[in-house]
Amino acid sequence: MYFQLTDEQNLIRETVRSFAENEVAPSAAERDENERFDRELMFDKVAELGLAGIVFPEEYGGAGGDYISYAIAVEELSRVCASTGVTLSAHLSLGANPVWMFGTEEQKMNFLIPMAEGTKLGAFALTEPSAGSDAGGTRTFAVRDGEEWILNGSKVFITNGGDAETYIVFARTDKDAQKHHGISAFIIDKDTPGFSFGKKEMKMGIRSSLTCELVFENCRIPADRLLGKEGEGFKIAMKTLDGGRIGIAAQALGIAQGAYEAAIDYSRERKQFEQPIASFQGVQFILADMALRIEASRLLVYQSAWRASAGLSYGKESAMAKLSASETAMWVTTKAVQVHGGYGYTREFPVERMMRDAKITEIYEGTSEVQRVVIGAAITRG
Amino acid sequence: MYLDLNEEQNLIRETAREFSQAVLAPVAADLDRGEAQETFFENLRQLAELGFMGLNVKADYGGSEAGVIAFSVALTEIARACASTAVSVSVNNMICEVIQAVGSEEQRHRYIPKICSGEFLAGAFALTEAGAGSDPAAMTTLAVRDGDDWVLNGSKIFITSAPYAGVFVVWAVTDRSAAKGKGISCFLIEAGTPGCIVGRAEEKMGQHASATNELLLQDCRVPGSALMGKLNDGFRIAVSELAGGRIGIGSLGLGLGLQAIETATRYALERKQFDQSISNFQAIQWKIADATTELEAARLLLMNAAFRKEQGRSYAKEASMAKLFATEAANRACYEAMQIYGGYGYTTEFAVERYCRDARITTIYEGTSEIQRLIIAREVLRSYS
Repeated sequence: MYFQLTDEQNLIRETVRSFAENEVAPSAAERDENERFDRELMFDKVAELGLAGIVFPEEYGGAGGDYISYAIAVEELSRVCASTGVTLSAHLSLGANPVWMFGTEEQKMNFLIPMAEGTKLGAFALTEPSAGSDAGGTRTFAVRDGEEWILNGSKVFITNGGDAETYIVFARTDKDAQKHHGISAFIIDKDTPGFSFGKKEMKMGIRSSLTCELVFENCRIPADRLLGKEGEGFKIAMKTLDGGRIGIAAQALGIAQGAYEAAIDYSRERKQFEQPIASFQGVQFILADMALRIEASRLLVYQSAWRASAGLSYGKESAMAKLSASETAMWVTTKAVQVHGGYGYTREFPVERMMRDAKITEIYEGTSEVQRVVIGAAITRG
Repeated sequence: MYLDLNEEQNLIRETAREFSQAVLAPVAADLDRGEAQETFFENLRQLAELGFMGLNVKADYGGSEAGVIAFSVALTEIARACASTAVSVSVNNMICEVIQAVGSEEQRHRYIPKICSGEFLAGAFALTEAGAGSDPAAMTTLAVRDGDDWVLNGSKIFITSAPYAGVFVVWAVTDRSAAKGKGISCFLIEAGTPGCIVGRAEEKMGQHASATNELLLQDCRVPGSALMGKLNDGFRIAVSELAGGRIGIGSLGLGLGLQAIETATRYALERKQFDQSISNFQAIQWKIADATTELEAARLLLMNAAFRKEQGRSYAKEASMAKLFATEAANRACYEAMQIYGGYGYTTEFAVERYCRDARITTIYEGTSEIQRLIIAREVLRSYS
């Protein structure tokens, strides 16, 4: 057992924290208010720091880093702006990683490298209006036509949708197959004819992050855009989400950390009954429980990241990390608003935004309920 | 980061697991009913022979020098089988460590090898008093200098292992005029010393095999050499040594929680209702998922605290976090496990009933959950000021 971060990991934290505090934080409230995605700030500059493909080898445009470094990067961005955190997480874990895991050498050259280098933004399109937790209910179809596939259907809630250049899209390629059989994965460029963007979602939180509907109307793509084998899509989606959960867990961790620090600062300054409210046990116990839950979640997140980089199985562990961190984020942000009292409910203080942002972490990339199913199934199947 | 056990730690865990399952588990229910005390003693002797009484103690004093992580994983394995045995082992380790940390060379050689070897079945930690629980500095037991000797008067309560302890670490006020907590000292008192009387045994909800008694000090005269550490430095010693004990109690809680939820999982796979295993129902799966997740987080907090202690870094906050989280998670896991068993779980036919009773004390002794939160908050606020 060795719980210390490496010098490199510490350096990444310092670098990302400095960038996050100096460049990302100042506009976080305004971007939230105006639902404004800032590509240059939230992705291009993040990529300049080498984060867009941090876990991929250098020959594929990455930084050759490990998953703990990646988790730290998402955590630090999310500590000041959860929208920026999820932009990176969705891009790397969901857009680029499936190409790394399942792509051909040619696909890696054409799609992974630009994403890892940060010249292209990635996105992942699995969810549909009637296929949320039950991804086996996919109704988007891809039909083979000579050397092409023709896609028809629509996808909803696609993070980075509308601005991303590269989309991993799941569609049913075998009409007769049931549920999770007969689904395949495709790599689709933004400007492909027949591929358009539908409604942009108006959201409670992570309002500076893009969430968009994708529409496919006789969208023709070359056969070589099939990712992995035909019919292997469900497996690709699940493997991808195993890794994605590390990113979202790290995002939730960062939100919780940011709210916790805000609550500490406020409680030490705010005076009532002639003393800082931090001197009251009622407030101290809230801070102690925040510290405790965050520390426990952080260890779960880093453990799943460590396992991912060590080549160990990490599906159950990343589900635990995501479940624990996201529920911690919701709890901590709610309590952080409480510590701020009436001020916490106003937009004058960032905890109001953080609480709205935290909620989504219990929902996307597998709801808390789905995480429990994953964990429960892993245990009871032995 | 590297989050696996090393070879030696794995070996210790395996040894603890094998011994616990083969020797401790079969008699745990008997011990819980207050039977077979000789067996309990024999088990403590065997654990001493295996090196479990001084896991983080130097070989010079008869210890195993295996470290704090090994201590934690061993405690967890022992607690899976018998929490009463586990708490005895945890306290013995704490006594050895406090003597090693602050005792004189003579005191170390005189007592630690006896506890490590099993010659003393136990050492006891006598801090708590009727009016001094979470606030130990409020103690009234008094030690008065008389020539070269000290004479102690007062009474201690809730003393684990008192009837079979060979030595007591006793805290007493040595300077009544000093500010609160500044006039307390620590003494080593051997069992059988005139005036050192083991009093009434508590009747408890759980952990029945582990004795919990009053300790009366009635004109108890000890030589000047019984003073341990510096005069009037006792409160600081108590506070810093309890941090190490918390890793032990957290690890004990973890063992109970894991055992409860794992046995309940096996039960859920076998138990059929509505024509299927109840493990098929999400309501049951989620109990298992939540308990497993919480206990995994608890394990990591314990390992982190143990790692920091091994590295010689500050670990008080981390030990409090680990103890608080592990013991509360253990209680939830035990009660959810009982719920999975349904009515059967409430009977003594299944061990989960005992796990629940045994787990309940873990959020109380060696610092209540409330005290852990105080410590954590104090450390956090200090680090931001």
